[in-house]
Amino acid sequence: MAFFLQNVVNALQAGSFYALIALGYSMVYGVLLLFNFAHGDIFMVGAYVGFFVTTGALLLVSTLGLVALPGWVVLVLVILVAMLITAFVGVAVERIGYRPLRQAPRASAAITGLMIGIILETGNLALLGATRLSFPELIQTTTYTVGGVTLTNKRIMIVGVALLLMFALHQFVQRTKWGMAMRAMAYDFGVVPLMGVPLNSIAALTFALGSGLAAAAGILFSVAYPVLNPYMGITVGWKAFVAAIIGGRGSILGAALAGFLLGFIEIFVAVIFASTYRDLIAFSIILLILIFRPHGFFGEAHTSRLRL
Amino acid sequence: MTAISSKLSTGKNDLSLLFKKLWAPFSLTPMLSWLCGALIAVLLEQTVGLYVAWTLGLPKIPVLFGVLIMLETPILFPSAVLYVLIIYILPVALIAWLTTSLANNLAGRLLDLQSWLAVLVHLALFYAVLHLWAEINDYRVLVVRLTLISIILTLSLNVVNGYMGEFSCSHPGFMALGAYGASVFTLALFTDDRTFGAPLLPAQLGVLMFPLSLIFGGVLAALGALIIAIPSFRTRGDYLAIISLAFMFIVKSLIENLDFVGGPRGLGGQPDWANLPTVFAWTAICIWITNNFVRSTLGKALNAVRDDETAADAMTVNTRQTKMVAFLFAAFWAGVAGGLFAHVLRYVNPGSFGLQKLAEILAMLYFGGLNSVVGSIVGAVSFNLVSEALRPLEIMKWIIIPVIFILVMIFRPTGLIAFTEFNVVNWIRPKNRIAE
Repeated sequence: MAFFLQNVVNALQAGSFYALIALGYSMVYGVLLLFNFAHGDIFMVGAYVGFFVTTGALLLVSTLGLVALPGWVVLVLVILVAMLITAFVGVAVERIGYRPLRQAPRASAAITGLMIGIILETGNLALLGATRLSFPELIQTTTYTVGGVTLTNKRIMIVGVALLLMFALHQFVQRTKWGMAMRAMAYDFGVVPLMGVPLNSIAALTFALGSGLAAAAGILFSVAYPVLNPYMGITVGWKAFVAAIIGGRGSILGAALAGFLLGFIEIFVAVIFASTYRDLIAFSIILLILIFRPHGFFGEAHTSRLRL
Repeated sequence: MTAISSKLSTGKNDLSLLFKKLWAPFSLTPMLSWLCGALIAVLLEQTVGLYVAWTLGLPKIPVLFGVLIMLETPILFPSAVLYVLIIYILPVALIAWLTTSLANNLAGRLLDLQSWLAVLVHLALFYAVLHLWAEINDYRVLVVRLTLISIILTLSLNVVNGYMGEFSCSHPGFMALGAYGASVFTLALFTDDRTFGAPLLPAQLGVLMFPLSLIFGGVLAALGALIIAIPSFRTRGDYLAIISLAFMFIVKSLIENLDFVGGPRGLGGQPDWANLPTVFAWTAICIWITNNFVRSTLGKALNAVRDDETAADAMTVNTRQTKMVAFLFAAFWAGVAGGLFAHVLRYVNPGSFGLQKLAEILAMLYFGGLNSVVGSIVGAVSFNLVSEALRPLEIMKWIIIPVIFILVMIFRPTGLIAFTEFNVVNWIRPKNRIAE
């Protein structure tokens, strides 16, 4: 039982990253009906931005001789600042790669997304070189053991922050005027702009929100696995993309739940079978889910066509 | 012709005027003349290329039209340009201009005799040019072979993403199935291999049976495609994109877990049967069959399904069957390309059939143009040449290439040459005749 619960905890942590990234995919799909294939790399950018903000902040504290804030306060501030900066990156990606192609076939927009992803990866590699950076440790790991289950404060923090952000996003989308505009746009992309909803601002907002969440995921990821590399976003990003799909495109709740589901599948496959079978079995399960629920768990049957 | 020239003259800039002036002597030059010119040029390179290069201060014959030299040592820029001018541009232009009327005559006679004969003659001439050009060094041979394989891949993806209008991500998976299928076929039957033991059949037979092994790989890929096709063609939309993506991950992961094909270490030691003539022949056959396929009733039905599935259904098109056939067709050719790929590199590992390959194939396809055989060829060739030519830039290459692609996508969202029909006879017709 303790063994099972231990893996549930592990799965919750893995699922948090997937869920946060999948939300970005899902929102962009819901509002603009396109797959933002650069999203995985925005996750990577978020992690790097977090790294630089953290080192910058630590440097500032040590040079000015300020009273050092507790680690978790710094972390929260870093997450907020990095989310803001990465949101601008996301808006820039939308402006450069997607807005000029709004009338074009969606597949073309997917290609520009892929290409922007490659630019972000290579640009990172060209600017920072091939040395792997390691994320500074802001909070000391403390370990608690509850009934045979090992919890660390980092794990609790990761899952907690992820859930908090998801809740905040939910409130934003459900309670605010901007959120309402996003929902309306997701409902009918063609007509709603005619009702005076600014299409470009809503698109930018969607990308900003998604990128902010990806940045948070990136920092949380680096807290758990402190080594950064320019290609860290690829695999995680594509898996989160798949999670967004099985959650149901455009459904925020679905994306979050499917992200956690993917985490659970991956962790438990690795536990039950050998870890080399992880991708094989995880994706086979996803294939089966899609065969029986083509539109995901919470998605509506979309009759959208590729605008060719 | 008048339409083109009037179009050019409306553009008021000097560049198009200059181009028009330069092109004027060649307006009646048929393909045959260009091929003859190219043949002379490559013969020239073979005989005096090295001396010309030395005279100009180049260490050796520039491998890719001097682009590599220009980027590596910019001081040699003028020499490289001069070399290209002396060896390629001037002879080609001269011969093409001189032989225009003769070649027009000859091409007309050939075409009147038998159109397939004319096509074969042109193809043979083109192969001769390619072979002589590539013979200069091994690097060229490798680049040409990989480019030809890319053409097969891009073309087969175009059938799904362009002609059928779906978005499939599974081509690296099909390629992997084909590569491993064909490799296992040849390794187990014809070669003395560590994993598969002594050959079951004499090795001399292997060269003759090589097409069979490629077809085996292709059929394996098509069977894999069936797994995707059965569930995913029940609904429309982005469904195929996701299922095929999952399929790609599954295939890669499956091969990594299969120990008898080497797992993540990969599979090596394939015999060197995929030489230039073989790859060229397969590419030519693939272009021919695919072109006929997309121009057939089935191909037109495919376009109808893409444009409006309900209407196509009402017009008695069996939409599901049409989509299945096209998808399996595409998977087959991707498998063949994979088999050739494995025998060109003589080593495969699952890592080479991942997301990077996918991005590469998609880029070639959307760069060249959807729904167009010529577009696929142009896309594959230009992508391969550009990525080889920019090799000296090292890491910056992967910033420049994506920027080029984004610009192409923004200004020509369906690719450079999209929605055109490929009519070979029109290409090789004598230019003093009107196009069909």
